[in-house]
Order: sequence, then C-alpha cells, then structure tokens
Amino acid sequence: MRQTEEHLLRELAPQVLGAVVRRYGDFGAAEDAVQEALTAAAFQWPESGVPENPRAWLIQVAARKLTDQIRSQSARRRRETKIVLEEENVVPPPDESPVEQDDSLVLLFMCCHPALTRPSAIALTLRAVGGLTTTEIASAFLVPESTMAQRISRAKQSIKSSAIGFVLPPPEQRSQSISAVLHVLYLIFNEGYQASSGNAHQRVDLSSEAIRLTRAAHQLMPENGEVSGLLALMILTDARRPARSGPNGEIVPLDEQDRSLWDKAAIVEGVQLVSDALARGAVGSYLLQAAIAAVHDEAARAEDTDWPQIVALYAVLMRLSDNPMVALNHAVAVAMADGVAKGLALLEPLARDPRIKDHYRLAAVRAHLLERSGKVSAALPYYEQAAEKTASTPERNYLLLKIASLRGN
Amino acid sequence: MKFMLMMHAPRGDGEYGVNQWKPEELRAHIQFMKDLNKDLREAGELAGAEGLAPPGQARIVRALADGTPEVTDGPFAEAKEFLVGYWIVDVETAERAYAIAGKASTAPGPGGKPLGIRLEVRQVMSSPDFDCS
Repeated sequence: MRQTEEHLLRELAPQVLGAVVRRYGDFGAAEDAVQEALTAAAFQWPESGVPENPRAWLIQVAARKLTDQIRSQSARRRRETKIVLEEENVVPPPDESPVEQDDSLVLLFMCCHPALTRPSAIALTLRAVGGLTTTEIASAFLVPESTMAQRISRAKQSIKSSAIGFVLPPPEQRSQSISAVLHVLYLIFNEGYQASSGNAHQRVDLSSEAIRLTRAAHQLMPENGEVSGLLALMILTDARRPARSGPNGEIVPLDEQDRSLWDKAAIVEGVQLVSDALARGAVGSYLLQAAIAAVHDEAARAEDTDWPQIVALYAVLMRLSDNPMVALNHAVAVAMADGVAKGLALLEPLARDPRIKDHYRLAAVRAHLLERSGKVSAALPYYEQAAEKTASTPERNYLLLKIASLRGN
Repeated sequence: MKFMLMMHAPRGDGEYGVNQWKPEELRAHIQFMKDLNKDLREAGELAGAEGLAPPGQARIVRALADGTPEVTDGPFAEAKEFLVGYWIVDVETAERAYAIAGKASTAPGPGGKPLGIRLEVRQVMSSPDFDCS
C-alpha cells in the first residue's frame, strides 16, 4: 500500500470508529468491524483506487461487517435454543449526517476514561484512535502480543460493563475528561521519549504518534490552552531529539547539546502555539512547562538561556500544583539565575519531603550544584547516591561516567 | 514499570524438595502456577515467565585469562538458596508487583499449606522520563 493511502486510513480510522460506535453502541464489536473495513480498504484501494468519499465507504463496509456479525450471532443463538425467530432487522442503515469532529472527540474521551487503568487507556487509545495494530503496540511496549491483546480486550470490557457511554461528557465533567486524555497522551509521548533515549529499537515511534494524536486533539479543541500547551511541550521537547543522546544512547545534558542539531521549524511551531495560548489568557501546567521548554529552545547557546524568566515560570507552576519535582526544577533555575548557594538552600526543604527525599534526581541535582560551585569532593557521594538509586540505564551510565571523570581530575 | 520477580527455593534434600511430595500436592502446586500465569496474562500484566531446570544441571561458565571458557558444575555450593524461576510483570506501581509476588509466595506445598516461598522483586531498568528542566 502506498504511504498516502496508509496515512489516509490512519487518519480516517478514529472518525469511522467514532461514527460506527455512535450509531450501533457496542464498542468492542464496532472496533472489530472497523478493523475489518480498514483491512478491506488496504487490499482493495490500491487496485480499484480510493473511493470518492473514503470515510463513507469505510463506514458502509464496517456497518455491513457489523450486521453480518450480529446476524450470525443471532443465527447461532437460534440454533442453540432451537427456536426459530423472524429474521431480525438488527442494524439500521448508517445515516449520512457527518458529525465527525464530535465522534473523534467522544472516542478519545472514551478511550482515556478515568475508569480505565492508565496502561489500558494507553493501549486502547493507540489501537482505536491511533490505528496501530496490537502487534505494533506490543512491540513498542516490549511486552508479548498476547499480553497486549488482553490489555486491550480488558479495556473494551471495562467500557462495556461500566456506564461509559458514547456521549460527550457534560460540561461540568469536561475538564476532568480532557485532563485524563492529556495525561494518556503525555504518557505515550514519555514512553516514546524513553525508547529514543535508550537503545530499545522500536517499530513504532511513540513520540511521533503522541504528537500526531495530540495534534488531532488540538484540532478538535483549538481553544483549550492545556491541549495547546501539551502539543507545544511535545513539539519543543522532540525538537531536541537529534542532540540529546550520543551514538551509544548516552545522555547529552541540555547545556552540552549541539544546538545546531535542533529542529528549527518545530521550535517555531511550538513557540507559536505557546504564544497564541498565552495571548488567549490561558494558564495551566502543560502550557507553563511548554513555555519553559520554549525559553530553553530559543537560546542559541546554553549561556544565553533566560534563567530569570524560567525561575518566574516555575514560580507560577509551583502555585498551580504542589509537586516536589517542580520545586526541584525551580531550585535548579534559581541556582542558574541567582547563584548556586541560593539553589542549594532551596533543596533543604525537599530533603525533608518524603515524596522526593529518596529520589535519585534530588541527589543528582545536589551533586551538580556542588560540582558547579567547585566542591567536587562534596559532589561525588551525591553522584554515587544518584547512580545507585536511578532505575534508568542511560541515566546511570551518565552518572557513572561523571563520577569516573571527576575522580580522574 | 516492569519488575522481575525471582523465586528462590532453599536447597534441601533432593532438588526442590519436591520428590517427597504426594502426587495430588504436586498437581495442586502446578495448577496454582498455571492459574497465576493465566490471571496475569488476562490482566495484561505478564511480560514473561519461565521456570528453570533444577540446579543439578546448572553449569558455571567463565572465561579464563586466555579467553577460553571454563565450564564447571554449579551453582556455587555454598549458596543456601537457588533460583527456580522468574516472572517479568508490567504493572502501574511497585505495590502491585509486591502483591503479585505475595500471591506467588502462597503456592501450596505438602498438605496444601502455603509454602511461603521467598521472592526477590527487582525493577527492570528503563530509560529516563522526559523533563523540561
């Protein structure tokens, strides 16, 4: 199949699924039917050409598959119960009124519903909205295909057995639904970020997938500042991808990255998204994180970074949420803007905070700041603590190399 | 997050000490393990699981100074416990991994009593989360 057709199918898949679920209800059956329709298209379109209205074609075919499926089920039931019933008219013909925008949005809300576990929601979103195959999703998460298939079917089961209907959440629940969607998209991006930071070879690039899905969410909710913020955060983070790891997957910290490798077009797009959302008066945690990423991305050299601006943004972020990781990042920014001593002082309350006191990043930040102030022998034990505590291989390798090179001095 | 649950058995009389078990006790034990794996697979949490052949068949391999491998009987004789098998589970929290290990530990032994087998739970190394700082 040509790439344009594949692209078109993946673009249409969630719209078609949304439309079929809205009309016929059963999410699991609709998903199977749409999958069959997509397969049919993948076989037929290269031969016969793309139909004039591909979306309607797919809905028609999926509806027919669904009808067949329900007929054969009821036929089986009839055989089993030995009761002959009148031919049931089970599936009404698809209506032609396209409400595609809403359908895709409702589908996204459904797949990311807070009642599902996050791994289930992630898997279902990639499958139903992203149009990835179970095999692709399983290999992206490095789990067996049977495990991923179960995760997806459990998610569908949860939707069926709970009261999650195919309707837009009422306005009072809308922001909760949107934040659940954004969290799932964030986690997908993070998974892709991890894979591209390490040595794991993947068939599917989950970071690009997350950006594609978030872009679609942004088209559906263009006025929502947090949706814009998350999209911008992903784009601005992904822009640094070519520079943030070395040939063996080793971490290259932000201040040592070759900034000429950063994707300039992506940075322009991300910065624009942030400026537009801020101009609309939006404030939210994804948008603020994106704004911070934008400040970094706009600095031509590490020493040009506008640290006072970053300190100010972290200060707003801290007022929005009581997150010790944000406080830790704020301390780093203060150290860069106002001197290491001020940054180190801000670590004291964190060292007593049970949520973060044993986290490797606290030790790593302390080590970095001590090193910056020339206290190498004081920094070493904290680097060692951090290397012992991290559960990330590239991070540990980075810290071990740091220790070795400081010892060599 | 992925965790490896490593099940350790004490070295006793005979491998696994199971050659003194009654057939129905053995069958109950095997059934328990099969059910556990089925539950984990259906929960979408099972990333891998294998049982290991008895330690009597184990060999220790190491390269000598000239690079040639030396193969000797293993595991180390002084070890009081040996690895009988492992699971890799993909779960949302460490607590969930501990709960699965806790369940595996109750596998039945002689008289149908829970064995209280020791499991070592270790997080599988991953890559760093992204962070805008």
